[in-house]
Amino acid sequence: MSDHSSPESHENVPAKLGYSPVADIEHKPRLTDTDPKAARRAERQVATMFVLSILLVIAFVVAYIGIDKSTIVYIPLFGEVGALNFALGLCMGLGVFLIGAGAIQWAKKLMPDTEVVAQRHEMASPEAATEEAEANYQRGKTESGFAQYKIIRRTLIGALALFPIPLVIMLRDLWSTPAGSPSPDAILSKTLWKKGERIVVDGTYVPVKAEDLPVGGLISAVPADLLEVEEAEGNLNARGKAAIIVIRMDPSDIRSQQGDGWDYQGILAFSKICTHVGCPIALYEQRTHHLLCPCHQSTFDLADSGNVVFGPAARRMPQLPIGVDAEGYLVAMSDFAEPIGPSFWERG
Amino acid sequence: MTATSPVEQVGGGVATYVDQRVGSNKFLARNLGKVFPDHWSFMLGEIALYSFIVVLLTGTFLTLFFKPSMVEVLYDGSYVPLKGIKMSQAYASTLDISFDVRGGLLLRQMHHWAALIFIAAMSVHMFRVFFTGAFRKPREFNWIIGVVLVTLGLGAGFSGYSLPDDLLSGTGLQIARGIMQSIPVIGTWMAFLLFDGEFPGTEFISRLYAVHILLIPGLILAMVTIHLMLVWTQKHTQFPGPGRTNDNVVGYPLLPVYMAKAGGFFFVVFGVIALIGGLVTINPIWIFGPFMPDQVSAGSQPDWYIGWLDGALRTMPNWESTLFGFTISWNIFVPAVIIPGIIFTALALYPFLEAWVTGDKKEHHLLDRPRNAPTRTGIGVMALSFYLLLWIGGGNDIIALTFGMSINSITWFLRIALFVVPPIMFVVTRRICLGLQRRDRDKLLHGYESGRILRLPHGEFIEVHQPINAKELAVITGKTDIAPLALPPATDADGVRNKHFHVKKLRAKLSGFFYSENVALPTAAEIEEGQHHAAHDAAIEAPLHAYEDADQINRAHGGVLHHPGMPETNAEQLANDGGHL
Repeated sequence: MSDHSSPESHENVPAKLGYSPVADIEHKPRLTDTDPKAARRAERQVATMFVLSILLVIAFVVAYIGIDKSTIVYIPLFGEVGALNFALGLCMGLGVFLIGAGAIQWAKKLMPDTEVVAQRHEMASPEAATEEAEANYQRGKTESGFAQYKIIRRTLIGALALFPIPLVIMLRDLWSTPAGSPSPDAILSKTLWKKGERIVVDGTYVPVKAEDLPVGGLISAVPADLLEVEEAEGNLNARGKAAIIVIRMDPSDIRSQQGDGWDYQGILAFSKICTHVGCPIALYEQRTHHLLCPCHQSTFDLADSGNVVFGPAARRMPQLPIGVDAEGYLVAMSDFAEPIGPSFWERG
Repeated sequence: MTATSPVEQVGGGVATYVDQRVGSNKFLARNLGKVFPDHWSFMLGEIALYSFIVVLLTGTFLTLFFKPSMVEVLYDGSYVPLKGIKMSQAYASTLDISFDVRGGLLLRQMHHWAALIFIAAMSVHMFRVFFTGAFRKPREFNWIIGVVLVTLGLGAGFSGYSLPDDLLSGTGLQIARGIMQSIPVIGTWMAFLLFDGEFPGTEFISRLYAVHILLIPGLILAMVTIHLMLVWTQKHTQFPGPGRTNDNVVGYPLLPVYMAKAGGFFFVVFGVIALIGGLVTINPIWIFGPFMPDQVSAGSQPDWYIGWLDGALRTMPNWESTLFGFTISWNIFVPAVIIPGIIFTALALYPFLEAWVTGDKKEHHLLDRPRNAPTRTGIGVMALSFYLLLWIGGGNDIIALTFGMSINSITWFLRIALFVVPPIMFVVTRRICLGLQRRDRDKLLHGYESGRILRLPHGEFIEVHQPINAKELAVITGKTDIAPLALPPATDADGVRNKHFHVKKLRAKLSGFFYSENVALPTAAEIEEGQHHAAHDAAIEAPLHAYEDADQINRAHGGVLHHPGMPETNAEQLANDGGHL
């Protein structure tokens, strides 16, 4: 047994049974084969299904025209459903189903049910065909001189290798950056927050005073400039980076912060965008000060610098340093000190 | 010739007209009687094909009404709770399809259900092909096309799910972008190019739309066409059974039986999807509201086929490293890019790996029963259990909530189970398969256990075995026993070192692992002996005095109940009775 790749060496098939592997295929006649009455019954069944299908298409058209699209009906098991959708689905579904059921019933009851045998042929081409193909290939090789004209061959390969470049290069403007705009990592590292930027409630855009927020309270907030910027830019990009949650805890509960005095009387502001893959986070458990991401369950301890206590996120939740302005409204003291949201290659 | 109806005359005329131009009659002559084997599991691929057709039909309808734009509009449709709310045109037009286009909701829901069924049917079809060894020569290409189709199906599903720009789909996109950014070197730029800058931007939905309605369906259609053409030319595989060999195909002819059954089944699948689409709500985007990058809903779940990826993301420990000032997010890149990459590559390569290990170069048209390929079946179940564990991970929050468990414990359980459970499943499955093989061998030798207990005159109880029927006999003996590759010699006859000895040795060892424990079919002599025993069993029911040489019963069955003084054999009993009953 020197070479074990030849298929013959695996042909260690034990002696087969004393009968031919091609046994007779069993066949029992069906009732419809022997009883003409049963056959007629089957014929009627098939035809009935096709007739019902026709009727259901008519019912579909009637429902489409007749049922108002806002009608709600109560159907047992299904509850309150839109009447039109329910009727259309039922008519179309059953109508189409019955065509199939009829055809299958027809095949099963009335068409022959004896199995037949066909021979297979090996997939490989006959020797002669292979030889002819080979000869043709050789002829092409010689006639074109592909082997002979080395320089043509090499330059052709070069040309073909470069030909997709224009198609790829033109993808560059998928990102329509104006000239001189910052690099992706610079853009990802900057948000709307800056010194003195007022913190306003998301949705109502009302500025917040320290006393508006009780201990244990939480608000979702955005920068006061956001509406204007969104209007000017025509997108939600600024919101996706600047969204924060503001919480208040007993100052003695704060074990650590990302910067000295970044809170204001126990009020802390953190980014709302998960550092894992970027889901917005809003599940805050005030007793443990844990913030839980609903997407992949990363858990951050806001009383301890927003550090990760569980889950797939690798980075702490960035903290926004806050204070109050002259009128007593909560404001940011600067932008985030680190990029918010998911990590990226250039982040470092 | 029978009388021809006017319709048939027209049909014949058309056939001749076409044939004179494209030579179609040659094809019809060869193929109208083409034989297709029958088995319920062969319908899984059909379900995939038919649900894909439903996806195409309903999708075409939806494109006529959907507006793939992120331009902000004020909603003014008939769904009252969202009236006057700012939203993207994509979301608003999806609401219009759901509430203001008659039948729109039906088609939207049919589209979504059909897509879910499409991917589910493809997956189960793939399991069928894997566990029955249908991917073996000559069908390896079709297996690869199948793997590509599953991948494209996932892409089609995800891109479609993301188009309505509702809160859930937007969150899905946010996650997709986070994953993109984890790709080393090119990730950030890739994300900026695809989204035209930052997330969410204003371009992504319309770009995704082109991918969803043109690129992916076009590829799927092309792949499906090749897939079916290959099935057609290679002829379908068949399970072992009476009259079925590796060289023939036993079943029903295309015209009329297969055409009626398969064609009818298309309408059945279509009808069932339409019923589900009409009766069962899916993805009620009006409840989720428009997408805002700073909002999310708890318990958000992707479609079922993304669950395993989400589970991988949830289960991965939070590793991240910084190298020369660059960040590598193992916690995202490994579960969302590397693991799927490994899984799909391994899937695509499996037929070649198995063929290399087993050294099998023959064409296989007779399917393996899973038990007859215990190692392959074990590997398949191992992979499935890994997949299912990831999938469970994708629902860890739902499980925690439903059963009042700690999400941290579930996650930790999964982190360990992902490494422990699959190997156990492999070993257990393999043992079960080998056990079933032994049982098959037993059935060949001794027949099946009839459940009839017989007490012999001397007190022995035996269970009467009866020969198995012709069909079962054919099924069991339809297996080919393959011997493992032999260990290569380290040196040849002249003492020269065997080249690639280590590779060949590894291959021989793997081949042994694959095959050596297989239970061989009994030889003809063994069968004959077994049948001899069965004949004795049958004879026991005949009048006892006609019975000879009962000694053999003892040897064959053991388990004799003895009492002191009782005759041990029928012969003894007969002697005691003086030859009379």
